[in-house]
Amino acid sequence: MTTAPEKTTAGQDRLVPGTPLLEVRDLHVEFKTRDGVAKAVNGVNYSVAAGETLAVLGESGSGKSVTAQTIMGILDMPPGRVTAGEILFRGQDMLKMSNEERRKIRGRKIAMIFQDALSSLNPVLSVGYQLGEMFRVHEGASRKEAKAKAIELMDRVRIPAAAQRVNDYPHQFSGGMRQRIMIAMALALEPDLIIADEPTTALDVTVQAQVMDLLAELQAEYHMGLILITHDLGVVADVADKIAVMYAGRIVETAPVHDLYARPAHPYTKGLLRSIPRLDQKGEELYAIKGLPPNLYKVPAGCAFNPRCDVATDLCRTEIPALHQVTDRDGAELAGRKSACHLWKETLHG
Amino acid sequence: MGRFVARRLLQMIPVFLGTVTIIFFMTRMLPGDPAAAMWGDKAADPAQLAAFKHRMGLDVSTGQQYLDYMGNLLTGNFGETMAGRKVIDVIGEALPVTIRLALLAFVFEVVVGVTIGLFSGLRRGKAFDKTALVFTLLLISIPVPVLGFIFQNVFAIQLKWITPTVQDSMNLGQLMLPAIVLGSISLAYVARLTRTSIAENIKSDYMRTAIAKGLPRRKVIGTHLLRNSMIPVVTFLGTDLGALMGGAIVTEGIFNVKGVGNALYHAINLNEGATVSGFVVVLVLVYLAASLIVDLLYAVLDPRIRYA
Ligand SMILES: Nc1ncnc2c1ncn2[C@@H]1O[C@H](COP(=O)(O)OP(=O)(O)OP(=O)(O)O)[C@@H](O)[C@H]1O
Ligand code: SF4
Ligand SMILES: [Mg+2]
Repeated sequence: MTTAPEKTTAGQDRLVPGTPLLEVRDLHVEFKTRDGVAKAVNGVNYSVAAGETLAVLGESGSGKSVTAQTIMGILDMPPGRVTAGEILFRGQDMLKMSNEERRKIRGRKIAMIFQDALSSLNPVLSVGYQLGEMFRVHEGASRKEAKAKAIELMDRVRIPAAAQRVNDYPHQFSGGMRQRIMIAMALALEPDLIIADEPTTALDVTVQAQVMDLLAELQAEYHMGLILITHDLGVVADVADKIAVMYAGRIVETAPVHDLYARPAHPYTKGLLRSIPRLDQKGEELYAIKGLPPNLYKVPAGCAFNPRCDVATDLCRTEIPALHQVTDRDGAELAGRKSACHLWKETLHG
Repeated sequence: MGRFVARRLLQMIPVFLGTVTIIFFMTRMLPGDPAAAMWGDKAADPAQLAAFKHRMGLDVSTGQQYLDYMGNLLTGNFGETMAGRKVIDVIGEALPVTIRLALLAFVFEVVVGVTIGLFSGLRRGKAFDKTALVFTLLLISIPVPVLGFIFQNVFAIQLKWITPTVQDSMNLGQLMLPAIVLGSISLAYVARLTRTSIAENIKSDYMRTAIAKGLPRRKVIGTHLLRNSMIPVVTFLGTDLGALMGGAIVTEGIFNVKGVGNALYHAINLNEGATVSGFVVVLVLVYLAASLIVDLLYAVLDPRIRYA
């Protein structure tokens, strides 16, 4: 198990069957605004295989959505600009494709679910039209066929009385139902990969779990890759296979989900885990990582986390830590585990 | 929806009656005596004068005149001119001309205004957008009569494409230039409103969704962007339809179009109370109908609006 032929990707490959569906390599994105250049994404590396769920975690502003938008090709350009990196979809770099080639991937091969379904659905078009549009545009379906398929999709995501509600408008549905419609829309053409950007954050707590379960169930059924963006560590545990933790536009740690929970290899991850409210801690004050998220116009030198890190050294203030392969005490590689910390050994084993 | 229309129609009744009442008394207060205007400087024969007043219904109290007028209106009788013509005939002659002129101006302002606004909104800050901003500012700041004279000068006197004034008031081709002049200011507003609306909606989440769905640009813009962006523009257009009817009166004067403006001008000069109030009644009806149509259209465009 530990004799992997290749150092960097062997662990991940062994973790899941098949090669990565999508691989993001060293992605850099910045925004030119009036206030200067905001470095929103500064070297993101992650991959997802078919049937696999990758959870992307991180505080607000850490670049989770910008990375996702860059993958989808829906980044606001300008002000956004991809300055370096590759996004390989089935081995082909999407950043080198023509607009038309990318458009054909969008919706059909890679689909996206957004956080706020109310604003993400067109308010003046019926949900049936918006669902059917997928079939009409991508498959040349007739109006009638598209409507039938829209009803089928609504049934699939368990919207009651789909046939009666197909002509209703988004504002006539509840938040949970609207998000189901977003899921149905993403699912329409059975894409290979779905990117869900905080799909349950805008929902009532009571329906969050239902929507998440539905998404996980459909993902397994269609054997799709799923990138699940969230800042809720609690949601992740049940559904994700692996986790990528982002900080200031970088991946600071990736690991299979249970390994990360049990033994984080990065001080930032450790802090995040300590800040989850737990039932057995009732009454105690909740832990919070000290300091504020970094200013993206002026990312700290060295490790971006150093001003907030309890164990930072002088090295941390000058040198950007590489994304190290994490090993156990004997030096054997831990499958799929990487950490961008100079002190990952001490953090993991200490 | 049927109930909504019925309710709106009911609401219109007091508005209509109120306006007609105000107009009736205002025309009675026009300076001068209509009978005196009829006879000019000559002293009128008292018998003839009495007969005339009786025919015009002026020989009773103003209150009774008002009741008579309202009663006649309800049966579709708009009264007679002093020369004995039916007011309804005078209206029937002039109104179609003005409606043609206003509709032509309306189509012009919608088609050209929305097109300019759309491309400006899509190319914010680019050369086209900046040119359009200057152009529309220019249109807004030039008074209509001045614009009319400029057009007459350029197209009729310099280029000789047209005659300076309209010869046949029912000819759509000849009404084209007056319509452009009439629609120009509204066109500028429509263009600016569309631009703002497009620029706002283009950043919305549902636009991002439309692109993420892999829709071609033509559909993203035509179906998703334009439809949402038209909602405020339609509201403006609704109020503008009425304003165009009013503006037509000025434009008609410049180009000598024989429409409502022309007829009203003469009626006021001759102190023809019945004719003036007749026209106003019809204009009020046009305003009310236009506002109802706009409300319905608005609700069709935006399903979030309930017929309430
Ligand atoms: N259109 C834009 N113009 C300018 N800056 C932008 C734009 N979009 C994103 N950014 C910048 O990129 C940074 C990262 O944003 P991003 O939306 O990826 O954060 P996130 O990790 O998704 O946070 P959240 O959890 O709040 O969704 C933001 O702090 C913002 O400054
Ligand atoms: S590199 Fe240094 S500052 Fe950054 S997380 Fe590790 S110990 Fe802390
Ligand atoms: Mg986000």
